[in-house]
Amino acid sequence: MSKEILKVEDVSIKFNLSSEKVDSFKEYIIKSIKHQISYDEFWALKNVSFSINKGDRLGILGLNGAGKSTLLKVIAGVFKPTEGHVTASGRIVPLLELGAGFDPQYTGRENIFLYGTVLGYSKSYLQEKYDEIVEFSELGKFIDVPIKNYSSGMRTKLGFSIATISEPEILILDEILSVGDARFRKKSEQKLVDMMDGGTTVLFVSHSLAQVRRICNKAMILDHGKLHAIGGIDEISDMYEKMIEE
Amino acid sequence: MKYLKNFWSRRFLLIELVKKGIKLKYRRSYLGIIWSLLEPILTTIVLTIVFGTLFGIDDPTYPMYILCGRLIFSFFSTGTNAASKSIRGNAGMIKKVYVPKYLYPMSSVLFNFVIFLISLLVLIPLAIYCKVTPTWSWFLTVIPLVILILFTFGVGMILATVNVFFRDIEYLWDVILLLIMYMSAIFYYPERLLNSGYGWILKYNPLYSIIQVFRDCLLGNPIEWLYVLFSLICAFVSLLIGTYVFYRKQDVFILHI
Repeated sequence: MSKEILKVEDVSIKFNLSSEKVDSFKEYIIKSIKHQISYDEFWALKNVSFSINKGDRLGILGLNGAGKSTLLKVIAGVFKPTEGHVTASGRIVPLLELGAGFDPQYTGRENIFLYGTVLGYSKSYLQEKYDEIVEFSELGKFIDVPIKNYSSGMRTKLGFSIATISEPEILILDEILSVGDARFRKKSEQKLVDMMDGGTTVLFVSHSLAQVRRICNKAMILDHGKLHAIGGIDEISDMYEKMIEE
Repeated sequence: MKYLKNFWSRRFLLIELVKKGIKLKYRRSYLGIIWSLLEPILTTIVLTIVFGTLFGIDDPTYPMYILCGRLIFSFFSTGTNAASKSIRGNAGMIKKVYVPKYLYPMSSVLFNFVIFLISLLVLIPLAIYCKVTPTWSWFLTVIPLVILILFTFGVGMILATVNVFFRDIEYLWDVILLLIMYMSAIFYYPERLLNSGYGWILKYNPLYSIIQVFRDCLLGNPIEWLYVLFSLICAFVSLLIGTYVFYRKQDVFILHI
C-alpha cells in the first residue's frame, strides 16, 4: 500500500498579469515603443512539494484563489509548471470540468467516442463499454440528440459516465460531486467510493469540509499558493476549521 | 522513438478529430460531401468562361488547367486557415485536459486533406470532357500531393502559434492568401510572367511549383524536377520552423487563449 504514485517536487507556477491584454500587432508595436508593456508577476503556486502513495485520498483545502485548481491542473498536465516537476505513474483521469472535451454539434453517441479518445481510451475499448456508459448516464433515447440541446445536468452525467468507465490509477476531482440531481449524485458518489476501494488514488478539491472528511484519508491546506500543512485528515481539517474562524 | 510511441498511443484521438472535422463540415446540409465536388466544378466553369474569353484561350485542356490549380490552392487555403484557428478554437479542451497540442493543427490539415482527396474525383469527368487520356504519370501526382500536405502542415503550425499571441494573423493571412492566389498562375498561363521581369514571383513560390508539377503529371507533360526539389525544400523548411516555434511556445498557449 505504500507505493509512491505521485510526486510533486518544488512546483512553482508564475502568471503574468498584464493590466491590459495585448493581442494585436498594432497594440503590441505601439506599446512596446512606448514601453507600456508591463507585467505584474503573480505566483499562483510557490515551492509546493509533496508525494502521495497508492490508494491515498488527498483532500485539498484552501480559500478561493489559494491555488487549488491550479495545482490540480499542473498535476493533470494542463499547465506546465514554471519551476519544478510532477512525476506520476499510471493513467491520470482529470474530472476538472465534466464534458470539457465535448463538441456541441455532436450527438451524445459521437461525443462518447470523442471524449473517450481524448481521455486516452482506445476505440475498441469504448465500443465494448458503450452500453455501460449509456446506461450509467441515464440518457436513454437522448443519446442520439446533439449535445447542444442537452441540459447542463445531462451533459454532466454523460461526462461523468465516460470519464469513470475504467479505473484510472489517479483520479482528479474538482468540485464535481455537487452536480447532477440528488439520485445521480448518490450514484456517482457510490461509484467513486467503489473505485477508491479498488485502489484508485484520488485528489479531491471541495469547499465542503464534511465531504472531504467523509471521502479522504489525508488532507493538505494551500494558502496563497504555498503549502501550509499536510497530514492526516482529522488533524488538518481541525486546523482548517480554526483557520476559517480567524 | 519516444515521440513516435506517444504519437501511436494517441492515434485514436487523431482519427476521431479528423472524423469530427469531416462530419461537422457538411452536417445539416442536404448535399453534404457532394459540395466538395460541386464547388470546384462551378468555379471552374465560371473561371473558364471569364478568363478563357478574356485571354482568348482556345486550348481544350484549359478547364483542366484551371481546376488543378484551384483544387490545390483551395486545399492550401482551407488547410492553413483551419490549422491557424485550431489552437484558439479548441481552447475549451486545451484548458481542461492534457492532449499533445500538435494534434489540433495536424487533425485540421488532415481532415481538409481528406476532403481535398475526395474533391480530386472531379478531375475524372473533366478529363473525359477535355479528352485528356490518362497515363501512368497520373500516379506521379502522389509526389506533389505529399509535398503539398507537408508544406501546408508546416505553414499551419507557424500560423497556429502566431495566432495564439496575435489574432490579427487570421485577417492578415486572408489577404496574403489572396496575393498568393494571384501569384500562383491558377487561371493564367505562366509563360509571359516568367519571361518578364517579374518571373521571380512564380519561381520563388513553392505553391506554384507544386501546382505546376501536379498539372504536368496529369496533362502528360514532362515533370520539372527542379520544381519538385524546390517545393520539397520549402516544405521541409516550413516544417522545421513550424515544429520549432510550436514546441518553443506550446506550454504558454494556455496563458493566452
